[in-house]
Amino acid sequence: MRSFTYSSASDVAGAVEEISGQPEAKFIAGGTNLLDLMKIDVMQPRHIIDITRLDLATIEETAAGGLRLGALATNAETAYHEQVENRYPLLSHAILAGATAQLRNKATDAGNLLQRTRCYYFYDKATPCNKREPGTGCAAINGINRIHAILGESEHCIATHPSDMAVALAALEAVVLVSGPEGERAIPIADFHRLPGNTPHIDTNLGEDEIITAIELPAKGFARNYTYLKVRDRASYAFALVSVAAGLEIEGGTIKEARIALGGVAHKPWRLPHAEALLHGQPATPENFRKVAEAYIAGATGYGYNTFKIELAKRAIVRALQQATEMEATS
Amino acid sequence: MKNKPEAETIESTAPWLPPKHSVTLTINGAAHQLELEPWTSLLDMLREHLQLTGTKKGCDHGQCGACTILVDGKRINSCLTLAVMHEGSAITTVEGLATGQELHPVQQAFIDHDAFQCGYCTPGQICSTIGLINEGKAKTLDDIRDLMSGNICRCGAYTNIVKVVQEALERSKTQ
Repeated sequence: MRSFTYSSASDVAGAVEEISGQPEAKFIAGGTNLLDLMKIDVMQPRHIIDITRLDLATIEETAAGGLRLGALATNAETAYHEQVENRYPLLSHAILAGATAQLRNKATDAGNLLQRTRCYYFYDKATPCNKREPGTGCAAINGINRIHAILGESEHCIATHPSDMAVALAALEAVVLVSGPEGERAIPIADFHRLPGNTPHIDTNLGEDEIITAIELPAKGFARNYTYLKVRDRASYAFALVSVAAGLEIEGGTIKEARIALGGVAHKPWRLPHAEALLHGQPATPENFRKVAEAYIAGATGYGYNTFKIELAKRAIVRALQQATEMEATS
Repeated sequence: MKNKPEAETIESTAPWLPPKHSVTLTINGAAHQLELEPWTSLLDMLREHLQLTGTKKGCDHGQCGACTILVDGKRINSCLTLAVMHEGSAITTVEGLATGQELHPVQQAFIDHDAFQCGYCTPGQICSTIGLINEGKAKTLDDIRDLMSGNICRCGAYTNIVKVVQEALERSKTQ
């Protein structure tokens, strides 16, 4: 690892002030992704600001009846929190589908959103990568791209976002609260991560001098009919090839509201409210689920090794919606 | 002809090293104060600075679990965290588990169940098992397999490792 200087922030304002005007500085909390990337020289911060002493680890109810997850709450604390388990089991299941017990004990909720892609070429400094080194090209487009995007990608980048947690947060319409030199602002989760476009090196709309302070969940948790379906190469400790976070509100066999977000298929959690709306007022049948699946995956592009994901994603959506309807065990 | 450089010039061109940081933490019940470079991982601190080599370096990327230790009772990958971030932490490594000559029940169970071959992953497996018991979330054999997936055993002793964890879990319930 390259050498760097280290400091520890004692409050949010101090952390923001310290990182402002220091483009080569990075915050560290769990560190499970940042240190990994520093060891292989993909990320090279010159200064590290430790934010683990900030008072941002609390999980508490909001005045609006939702739940506020402190940025520094660990993935394990969040997944096993009584309120999350009972009111937002979709989120709990998604978090526990990712990483390992050791990593979840260290990784924080804000850090989970900010983790980088696991594209092989992003990790391999011997190959071109527009995300790692803008302008060098994308080795994945014509390379081994089994884990790559089929939706929302660009000619510059076909990487996927690796988080399971973020997919559940997209389905739940969470809001990311951030603090910066201009004060605080709230970013809906749908606008937090970016599509690659011409700037694949920028993963999110978080400013370089901003810090995430919390993630807020609205009151509605879809705790009755939900599923997090993760399709992967092994049953534990593997990233999603395709994942589906589904929440349904069903009354007398009719779907009142449907939420669907996909992981493993795009540069950000993939959610299409206009496609979800196809289910509103409709009976919960496999035929209707297939219609939504077709709408979700319309316009998908395969790049060879990942072309199987197009049909896989459709079937995963149907299966997830069936599981959510019947509330069978998630897998 | 070049002038002979002055002392100040020599000093200013010397490689600059970031300052070390003082860290005080408890390891296996004993207080330690160390002066560490910021990039020293908890794993390297244990192995290189304190000669506690029971904790193993496998992949050094959080993928294999050989470096698993307990920090304040929770299992983590010691390779993926900086020692300077652990001021005041209480750390338990495999060296801190036995009481005198008497092995920790989980250590004994690894022997009784023949749950290793080369033994390289075993300290991490043992600490991970204790962490799993502390968490109290594993109810079934599938839970055990899932919650131990962060510990790789390339000898493939998994079948017996699962037996160890199962036995340790049952023992923890009766205590």
